[in-house]
Amino acid sequence: MSNPFQTKQGWNQRKERLSFWSLRICTYIIIAAAIFIFSNIFMKGVPTFFKAEAPYINTEFFTESPQILSVWEDQDGQEYSMTKKNYEQWIVAHPEKEIIGLKNLTASGGGILGPLAGTFLLVVICMIIALFIGVSASIYLSEYCGKGKIMSMIRLSILNLAGVPSIVFALFGLGVFCWLAPVITDVPKDNAAFVCGWLWTDSYLSFQGWGTSLLAGSCTLAIMVLPVIITACEESLRAVPKGFREASYALGATQWQTIRKSVLPFAIPGVLTASVLGITRVAGETAPIMLTATMSEKSTLPWEQVEGPWSFLTQSVQALPFHIYTLAKFPDSEHVKPMQYGSIAAFLILVMGFALLSMMLRNRLRNKLKW
Amino acid sequence: MNSKLIQLEDLGFSYDLGKTETIKGVTLDIPANQVTAFIGPSGCGKSTLLRCLNRMNDLIDTAKITRGTIKILGQDIHASDVDSIELRKHVGMVFQKYNPFPKSIYDNVAYGLRIQGEKNKSTLDEAVERSLRGSALWDEVKDRLKTSALGLSGGQQQRLCIARTIAVQPKVILMDEPCSALDPIATAKVEELITELRKEYTIVIVTHSMQQASRISDRTAFFYLGEVVEYNTTETIFQNPSQQQTEDYISGRFG
Repeated sequence: MSNPFQTKQGWNQRKERLSFWSLRICTYIIIAAAIFIFSNIFMKGVPTFFKAEAPYINTEFFTESPQILSVWEDQDGQEYSMTKKNYEQWIVAHPEKEIIGLKNLTASGGGILGPLAGTFLLVVICMIIALFIGVSASIYLSEYCGKGKIMSMIRLSILNLAGVPSIVFALFGLGVFCWLAPVITDVPKDNAAFVCGWLWTDSYLSFQGWGTSLLAGSCTLAIMVLPVIITACEESLRAVPKGFREASYALGATQWQTIRKSVLPFAIPGVLTASVLGITRVAGETAPIMLTATMSEKSTLPWEQVEGPWSFLTQSVQALPFHIYTLAKFPDSEHVKPMQYGSIAAFLILVMGFALLSMMLRNRLRNKLKW
Repeated sequence: MNSKLIQLEDLGFSYDLGKTETIKGVTLDIPANQVTAFIGPSGCGKSTLLRCLNRMNDLIDTAKITRGTIKILGQDIHASDVDSIELRKHVGMVFQKYNPFPKSIYDNVAYGLRIQGEKNKSTLDEAVERSLRGSALWDEVKDRLKTSALGLSGGQQQRLCIARTIAVQPKVILMDEPCSALDPIATAKVEELITELRKEYTIVIVTHSMQQASRISDRTAFFYLGEVVEYNTTETIFQNPSQQQTEDYISGRFG
């Protein structure tokens, strides 16, 4: 007796196998790209974190800021490479040596503490600003305002803002925060756009901008991630079951009490997911901070030589993406490589750490607030 | 007064700013300390009417009262000096799908008092115990008041929602198909509770179950297409209805 369910070889079978394999190969391409990027960076970058002799950890890399690296040879053909400071001491100590082919390489010596701290501060301050404004705006959009034509236009423009190139945000930040933002000062600058008296005091309110500063950079980055945060927050507010709102209203709660007690707490995991997206985008941006917040060389760390919070916020900082950008301009050189790959690996770890932190926080909250 | 705690007069209601009426001129008097059941096929406007009584429909932008008045305790609830939030403190509501907050049992019951600004621990403790006893839940949960309300069974959760409602001591409790998501045993418990609550509260209940209406209600209103077809004591409605439509519906020969 013949088998009625016998496999038939034919086009359908072949199509089936073809689609299966093409889908599978596309997935493998993505995985391969990810593996290549990560393994390449970590294999070349992580060795910078360590050294051969005790204590085996390259403390200099994490406790010093980038410095000029001097590279030269002496008359015997031996190669030297050390920071410029050490080089100057070295010449004094070795007057007999001849210096051949001295090269000074920007930001390739020392460590990455300055940029690391700068990026950390930029991200933290930016997220504080962005979450405060973003959550407030999304509460207003999803809870208070209606569904009219104007509202949908506002929503659309927020979405469109997400697609604006970061250099445009950078120029906006440069114009508004660095050159135009108001400060209260006793001595207004000549180039201030507008100056007036500040309340009853002797100081002035001067629209002279915050200069190239931590605050200007953070605000620029905050405006850049707002669309991402607002959209995601709105979604997570909408995902809170209608039953919670109704139950709260039925017990005589006002709208704000309802939002405060039975909507917002349950939307927090979603808000945190949004902030993960935000952080990963913000931490990696180079163009906005390049114009508004950073400089490649800076001798002091962010917490050195500051007088009070305002001077802390208005100082310029170093930042990892910009540091990497500076390094990337060098031709492929053996002396710069450890710094290049080390910085990139440290940068990746920092961003992944931020993301991991908010993910862990979210999972903990989600377990607590499940419904 | 007793016979007319809630008075509806020629009430019309629309979900789309008056283009089509969902409720078309309903006139009803609901007496105090009785259970009044609204029955009728789906979409006949009985839940909508229930939500008019505590102005829950205010939350829908396009909802609109098109005509008539609702008076509770003699006060027109749409008067300009009526705050819907104050109204809801007197007219509580229990929903079809039990919806406790994902908080502890204690926090659920104390929610209404807390939003009214009650902070005194002993007052809250007392109110929580009174409400949980009132909803016949105290003995089952007294040892785990601090655990999540979502760990309770469906029937317990619905009784918790009732406890949450009576904690703020309303005059009226509106119940929108409170047993439709429950099994028969949990339903029996909730029904027993409703019979008990009648002594202190006025209850208006929407139900799809004829048996439930006949078991627990004192008066029954039969709705069809946004109008009251017949409104009378439950006994009369079920045993001697004056309208053919009513008789068809309760005997299951409808449509």
